[in-house]
Amino acid sequence: MENGMVDIYLMGKKYTVPDSLTIMEAMEYAGYRLKRGCGCRAGFCGACSTVYRLGNDYQLKVGLACQTKVEPDMYLAQLPFYPARKAAYSLEGITPSVATLAALYPEVFKCLGCNSCTKACPQDINVMQCIAYLQRGDFSRAAAESFDCLMCGLCVSRCPANIVQYQAAILARRLHSRYLVPRAEHLRRRVEEIKENKWGGELEKLMATDTGELKEMYHRREIE
Amino acid sequence: MAFTSQMRELIKRVEETRPSRAGNPFPRMTPEEREEVLYNFHPDYIEEGFRSLKVGVNKGDRVPRELADIMESPAMIENAIEENTTSEPVDISSPRHEVEVLVIGGGGAGVAAALEAEEKGAGVLLATKLRLGDANTVMAQGGIQAADKMNDSPATHYLDVMGGGGFTNIPELVRALVMDAPPVISWLEELGVMFDKEPDGTMVSIHGGGTSRKRMHAARDYTGAEIMRTLRDEVRNRGIEVLEFSPAVELLLDREGRCCGAVMCNLETGEYFTILAKTVILATGGAGRLHFQDFPTTNHYGATADGLVMGYRAGARLAFMDTIQYHPTGAAYPPQLVGLLVTEKVRGLGATPLNINGEQFVFHLETRDVESSAIIRECRERELGITTPGGLSAVWLDSPLIDYVHGEGTIERQLPAMLRQFQRFGLDIRKDPILIYPTLHYQNGGILIDENGRSSVENLYVAGENAGGIHGRNRLMGNSLLDILVFGRRAGRHAAETSQGVEIKGKPGLEHVSSYSRELKEAGIATGRTSPLVLPRYAVSGSSL
Repeated sequence: MENGMVDIYLMGKKYTVPDSLTIMEAMEYAGYRLKRGCGCRAGFCGACSTVYRLGNDYQLKVGLACQTKVEPDMYLAQLPFYPARKAAYSLEGITPSVATLAALYPEVFKCLGCNSCTKACPQDINVMQCIAYLQRGDFSRAAAESFDCLMCGLCVSRCPANIVQYQAAILARRLHSRYLVPRAEHLRRRVEEIKENKWGGELEKLMATDTGELKEMYHRREIE
Repeated sequence: MAFTSQMRELIKRVEETRPSRAGNPFPRMTPEEREEVLYNFHPDYIEEGFRSLKVGVNKGDRVPRELADIMESPAMIENAIEENTTSEPVDISSPRHEVEVLVIGGGGAGVAAALEAEEKGAGVLLATKLRLGDANTVMAQGGIQAADKMNDSPATHYLDVMGGGGFTNIPELVRALVMDAPPVISWLEELGVMFDKEPDGTMVSIHGGGTSRKRMHAARDYTGAEIMRTLRDEVRNRGIEVLEFSPAVELLLDREGRCCGAVMCNLETGEYFTILAKTVILATGGAGRLHFQDFPTTNHYGATADGLVMGYRAGARLAFMDTIQYHPTGAAYPPQLVGLLVTEKVRGLGATPLNINGEQFVFHLETRDVESSAIIRECRERELGITTPGGLSAVWLDSPLIDYVHGEGTIERQLPAMLRQFQRFGLDIRKDPILIYPTLHYQNGGILIDENGRSSVENLYVAGENAGGIHGRNRLMGNSLLDILVFGRRAGRHAAETSQGVEIKGKPGLEHVSSYSRELKEAGIATGRTSPLVLPRYAVSGSSL
């Protein structure tokens, strides 16, 4: 084979592509115009979940197509969509309790402890640990553990108990942020001031200031 | 993909100068120096990169060449219209949906608009090209500005925004931006966005380029992603109807030229269908995937200027479309990350740009336009850049300086996304500096709006990156996440209220598309393609849409 090229198999079809490419770039190199399975192309959106296997190795691996380089004899397919359930709730109407979790996501308590979710996570989140925190209602720890979650769904795709880890995790983060950390007092005060129109006059004045003077003020302004 | 031995040698120079640079700030430029570097090196001043529009409301205005080509291409649905005016494939007479407020675009602006419109009691449908939440919003890492600390004020924020924009911003829009900022943060706090906070609830806030107060709020370096996933969750909670993989391809106007819906495309089947609406909110985002002047981009796959194309054909006026933001710190190495964003927070935490000799050549927190221009000058004029194995010229961003100054563990705590992104390709930004070069990041302009997000076309609202006027000729870091939410919410509220009194007059139609196309023909323009682009054409061979 030509130097710097590798054979990969996109949904079973063989293509020869440069070895420096990501899986996503390799698909485009092969002629795909991506519709599903492509988003931010930078590892933030979780659109490009990919399942693959190498050569004769029987183990399935998973990764984000935009963040994973091609390897020789990579057999791959993308997950275009995963029909996972999201529970609807009103954040105002619930409390950070185990009962809330049990009502919205009862399957969380059926975790088998196999750790497949953790192994599947492209963000190196300890997903099973996060589920354990959730089971005991420790939403703050679950929030911290799951913070880097992209909601790509790879954990769900590997879970034998059909837990929707990423949906339960965002519930935890919202409960934690809304109810378990103090609100910002300075923010509350500033919002009050704005309601009372404390700053309206000063803004009006600035808006009426001519550009020359505004420039002067800008260049003279004190920097923290 | 580790560094080559040659690059390793160069990194030694960076390490040698680090102790003498730490705690020894580089001077900021004078106003004259700033102007000089901008004029000589910023891509906005490269004349070959631009041309004048030949038709439409902004005829004669200078816009990026690649954008003009897209705007002046005939409509992709045109053939469909000509072939069959009465029924398939574009059947205007029997709309698939009829709603009060149609939101086009599922990023931060669209979702904020949908939530507010729903809150006001309007029947809302949100349609988006890819998945709900697929947008530049998720990629915004650094933060969101709001003057909510006691040493800060909306007036101080206003002055920073105006200065950053070269005093060209529309004052009423800036006022709306800075006055709505604290309420927006409060709204997000209430929705359970996980902001970085002190144990007593105080928001952690830092500087960004061009800020005079530390007012950058963040959720580590996943700020946009955290905001987007929370708002998306809320849209799902409220049961707002969402159509995914359904880009709008043209707007519909009624007999009186008022916007009353859109022609949509099912991305998977290729089928066209229409949605009628009392008011329409266009929130389709930016244009980075047009790769102006061949720059790589930080932008989402879907950032193809569709909203500008559709809005312009419907008669909406554009503003500041000749000014594009190049982010100073795009990754230049490894090849898999070229063009992707190295968040400004890296510089906010103290990392500085260095040339091949390990010397700093610009203050690290100049505004983005100035910082980018200085980096381009260092590489092109002074030839003090580092050449990557891929043949790009780049400069160092001394990320290890962060831990050196603030203590080990700072990067791991504050920049987990950045750390991970480079680690995936075998590089450790805690130990080695990052190679960077400016990358196409943001369209400063867009469709001109007023304080309520209204465009010059009646009942057509615009919010988010495809709106123009707020940032003048240059946007500051942290004001984009802010602007999409401020103007998304304002547009949502106003569009919902307005929708109550709207009656669509006559048959909704595409006459504006046909007449625009006639104008193109009369002007003798033939670009050989159709628009909007919808998706970039990266496939080396193979399928069309």
